[in-house]
Amino acid sequence: MTPSHKQRLVQGNEACVEGAITAGMRFYAGYPITPSTEIAELCSRKLPAVGGTFIQMEDEIGSIAAVLGASAAGMKAMTATSGPGFSLMQENIGYAAMAEIPCVIVNVQRQGPSTGVATAPAQGDVMQAIWGTHGDHPVVVLSPASVKEMYELTARAFNLAEQFRVPVVLLADEVIAHLRESVVLDRETLPFPIVQRKKPSVSPSQYLPFKADADGVPPMANLGDGYRSQFTGLVHDEAGFPSTRPEVVNSLIRRLHHKLEDNRQQIASFEAVHLDDAELVIVAYGSMARAAIAATRLAQERGLRLGVFRPVTLHPFPHEELVTAAARARAILVPEMNLGQLVLEVQRLTAGRCPVVGWSYVRGELPTPDLVLTQALRLLEAEEEYEDLLQLAALVRDDIVRPDWWLEQEWGA
Amino acid sequence: MMTTRAEKYLKTAKLPHIWCPGCGHGTAVNALLEAFERMGIDQDKVVIVSGIGCASRAVLYLNFDSMHTTHGRALAFATGVKLARPELKVVVLMGDGDGCAIGGNHFIHSARRDIDLTAIILNNSIYGMTGGQLSPTTPVGSSTATSPNGNLMRPFDICSLAKAAGATYVARSTTYHVAQLARYFQKAISHTGFSVVDVISQCPTTFGRRNDMADPVDMVEWERDNAIPLAKAQQLSPKELEGKIVVGEFVDGSQSNGNGRGDGPLP
Ligand code: SF4
Repeated sequence: MTPSHKQRLVQGNEACVEGAITAGMRFYAGYPITPSTEIAELCSRKLPAVGGTFIQMEDEIGSIAAVLGASAAGMKAMTATSGPGFSLMQENIGYAAMAEIPCVIVNVQRQGPSTGVATAPAQGDVMQAIWGTHGDHPVVVLSPASVKEMYELTARAFNLAEQFRVPVVLLADEVIAHLRESVVLDRETLPFPIVQRKKPSVSPSQYLPFKADADGVPPMANLGDGYRSQFTGLVHDEAGFPSTRPEVVNSLIRRLHHKLEDNRQQIASFEAVHLDDAELVIVAYGSMARAAIAATRLAQERGLRLGVFRPVTLHPFPHEELVTAAARARAILVPEMNLGQLVLEVQRLTAGRCPVVGWSYVRGELPTPDLVLTQALRLLEAEEEYEDLLQLAALVRDDIVRPDWWLEQEWGA
Repeated sequence: MMTTRAEKYLKTAKLPHIWCPGCGHGTAVNALLEAFERMGIDQDKVVIVSGIGCASRAVLYLNFDSMHTTHGRALAFATGVKLARPELKVVVLMGDGDGCAIGGNHFIHSARRDIDLTAIILNNSIYGMTGGQLSPTTPVGSSTATSPNGNLMRPFDICSLAKAAGATYVARSTTYHVAQLARYFQKAISHTGFSVVDVISQCPTTFGRRNDMADPVDMVEWERDNAIPLAKAQQLSPKELEGKIVVGEFVDGSQSNGNGRGDGPLP
């Protein structure tokens, strides 16, 4: 690629802020926490220049609450945090899902649980991002793997939040957030237009704030628009008034779920690297996907056919494409910087089409491509050795709890 | 206020409300509507935000833009609304547990910021909706579902708390003193900056019954008989003030910086 004059060396967190402002973010509320703090600092500098508002709140609960208040009043709004703060936000993420208030939450994952290692990367919040708040609820979870993607996916996060009136989690990790890459970040390079929320087309007297269109999404009047909008976290009818009637409960909970599920093809996205003829497929996301993609190059040098399936949306998941890849592969390896979270989803979705094996790397650092390749080779060996899939699965479970035992072996190096 | 004058402020189709007979919250809301009427407010330019609890249910019957939010977080939601649309009047309705226990952090920080919100705390010293448990304003000795032998812990004085944290209009009245209450509401809403009205309200159902005031009239008479105007209270010793309700304006609004725009860089 020839360097363009627009090319700059940009940090992941900075690209996130640029993407948000490009998408129309004009309100940011947050609380300092490593490794996401640069996002708050940059918003405090950049938002006033574009007529936006920044506020540092008293905690993460207040931050997400202020974001929801601002969004209900018509602003595109965002907050950013890391593990401990993300845990604190969970209740109000559920409120966003229930009251259908668009918002973007950036979680730059660090090593947990609890305070963990504040400066170390991890991927331990995957299940929390999808299932963190209580009750069945819709949420979109995006996983960026580069600085460019921090820009694009943040902008896309706003589009999805506005289009479907859902909370969208940008689930980054410390490596991607602090990575610096040479990129061109401007609106013309975005592969999609900027979306605005659907406004009511009826008069205030006819407006039912939670009556959905055919796409499952109700048009949204903002506070102050004269529609007498009413938001509540209680189960509510189309008028927004609380109800405990079983049929109202049933239809609301199902509609909230279906507005994403029925549009999954439109939302779900992934990247495929050497996938078509791969005998072994690595399913990896975020910074781990970079190590996996680098491992495919090392594998090619040895004549091995290794491919990578990288889900960009962790939820909703690009289900059909994964199943197709699984049907062709000898085995799937799912390396994660956690004790095995997305691997469970991959096992569920591929439903025994091929062995799916997790590899846990929880040392507060990203593994090298060499290490990922070593695990891939180990899995191919094991897959020959153990014809019985159940035996292989047992082996894998064992290895998940003893990763160091694996690392000490010299597998085919 | 006459019912007919109040009607335009109510979602009458949603009535009857869920409050118990004799509950003080209806009286307080009526005083609020009276304040709106006197101010001639534009109903499309007022947003009412509440938390969770008996007091917070009020928004569901009010004919305004509203957010019935999560328990304790109303002020933080309202901060976002106000910063997004500074031209709107934002009134926040909370209970004592909602506003000063689970929401205590947001309360003191809203006061510190002097953000242009009006916080109305319907303070009945009890968690009514969950059946009458101890709240941060339950008086020492009072019996509740979680202090069956009498409360041992000192309550918050909401007005002192608000004043110390930097609120620039702070007043207290009761559901007995409705005319005074409506006047304080009007001043609080007109004030630019963080204003607080602590409304001593009655919960006959879960507080009164456990504390020898099962009849709502007993509770309102208790408010009448124990209220002391601030000027008079200043002459009395702490001993003489025990069990009294000091009513009046504790901070009159002149100290506000008037920007109410939060502590970040301003747009
Ligand atoms: S429980 Fe108490 S506060 Fe709640 S509605 Fe009944 S009387 Fe009012």
